[in-house]
Amino acid sequence: MSRNHLFYAVLLAATIAAPFLFPSYTAFLATLWLFIIVALTWDMTGGQMGYNSLGNIFFYGTGMYAGAVIAIGLYFPVGEWTDASRTEVLTVTGGQYYMGMLLGIPGAGLFCGLCAYLIGPLFFGLRGPYFAIGTLGLAIAAGEIVSNIEWLGGGQGISMPHSPLHPDFEKVLIYFLYAGLGVVLFVFLKWLYSTRFGAAINAIRDDEEKAEAMGIHTLRYKTLTWAISAVFVGMAGAISAFQLIHFEPLETAYQTINLGIFMVVCVLLGGKGTLWGPVVGAILFHVFKEVTWNYFLGGQWVALGLLIVVIVVFFQDGLMGYLKHIRPDWFGIRVDEKEADA
Amino acid sequence: MSAIIDVSGVSKSFGGVKANTDISLTVEKGGITGLIGPNGSGKTTLFNSIVGYHPIDGGSIKFEGQEISKMLVPEIARLGLLRTFQQTRIYGEMNCVENMLISLPHRKLSLRDAFKQNTAEDSEKAIHLLDFVGLFEKRFLQAGSLSFGQQKLLEFAMALMNEPTVLLLDEPTAGINPTLINGLIDRLRRANTEFGITLFIIEHNMRVIMNMADTIYCLAHGQMLASGKPEDIQDDQRVIDAYLGAH
Repeated sequence: MSRNHLFYAVLLAATIAAPFLFPSYTAFLATLWLFIIVALTWDMTGGQMGYNSLGNIFFYGTGMYAGAVIAIGLYFPVGEWTDASRTEVLTVTGGQYYMGMLLGIPGAGLFCGLCAYLIGPLFFGLRGPYFAIGTLGLAIAAGEIVSNIEWLGGGQGISMPHSPLHPDFEKVLIYFLYAGLGVVLFVFLKWLYSTRFGAAINAIRDDEEKAEAMGIHTLRYKTLTWAISAVFVGMAGAISAFQLIHFEPLETAYQTINLGIFMVVCVLLGGKGTLWGPVVGAILFHVFKEVTWNYFLGGQWVALGLLIVVIVVFFQDGLMGYLKHIRPDWFGIRVDEKEADA
Repeated sequence: MSAIIDVSGVSKSFGGVKANTDISLTVEKGGITGLIGPNGSGKTTLFNSIVGYHPIDGGSIKFEGQEISKMLVPEIARLGLLRTFQQTRIYGEMNCVENMLISLPHRKLSLRDAFKQNTAEDSEKAIHLLDFVGLFEKRFLQAGSLSFGQQKLLEFAMALMNEPTVLLLDEPTAGINPTLINGLIDRLRRANTEFGITLFIIEHNMRVIMNMADTIYCLAHGQMLASGKPEDIQDDQRVIDAYLGAH
């Protein structure tokens, strides 16, 4: 037990020290935490509950816009801010910027959670591949709809208020926002998966009909799980909005083919349905992505496609699944003989 | 004794196939009721109708006096009317103890309870029941890796964990090693007497069902062929004809 505590303490210390030890990698590490967050939340429905969503990016994009609208709307009419023809320069003070951040990030999370809670019952009527395609449709449609809303800046996108901080410090702030959210999420999931709630969503994954026949409130659990994951993705989206300063709907906010697929690949790489799988997968994938994007520019999508093919064909259970297969005793799978006198 | 399940005039057809025609039967509270019939006679269809798996075409099904024919599967399960499956259904990627713990009676849990960890008593009860069905040694194995017969036993233990009022068992002894069947009969009886669970059993093994049931209903071609005490059913010429294919 104490070894475990030590392990977590070292990890936490490394997380805090990283941006100071490797200042030139701060942005890289911030993105890594974003990947970890979206992978962990994707695994809640995809790995633990067996509902493969291709539309979780919807909550990321919606979180970006919700965060922006809150941060701007606190002090200016949003329509006036996004009006491309305006001539006067609108700026926020330092205090207003941080207040926007303080309210915008949790506000975006709550808004996305509410969205998931409301649309959940509709989508959870779909199972298997239909759920995946249905949610993908949701994300694509949302991107198109938002790009036609002039109030949100339309296809031009929307600019965030400017940070009063020097860019170098701003980077560190963004890193700690992501890292803090990621740590909270990890601790939260570690607890959640140990409760009856965690067991119930695992039951839904393994045999939903059986779970229903045993009287488990399947729809309630499914909707809540999706809503909780949406809260975290939405908050991550809002942090991204502050990080990117300017973003537009199709390529950045509702980026189905980038982050929307990356989160799935991260989880598949690390191992579905495990707590550590998505984290390990996100790290491996992020390194893979940086290497290919830097050294094979032009061929990076081919390399990514190849990676997906290799995982799907040879390592369907991911790294953690492979470990579970060769070392089942590490995961507590064993025959336990009865005491001789019992 | 009073009727706890009251099925009257239930019909169900799939396209042109009439799986059940005008079936009426009652299950007595606290007893063991058997349902037999040749393959394809509509036994499992009737079970499915009772637990709300599909809507019925006509008739009424009452559980403890309450009409349940329009209710959904989880709602009926939460009333305490539970079924096991002919093809076993267990949660393959979880180990046996976890399978047991997830089978805690959710009708007695509030949403707040769902965010708590299982208590030591829950685990103790789970392990006790696994011991009861003879799966103690395998309790930390993944349920999916168990044999069919063992999965059947696990499913039975899971049903007991759920503390149902009535348990509908679809062929509990199918696929179980013949030497273990006597043990299973004994356990089913004890579930009935010690835990006070009313049993309604589909069974092909005549030795088993004739030994256990108080009342037996026999279906053939989707219709009620005969009903009565085991001795009467055994001697009923129509039942013998149905099984030997005289129809």
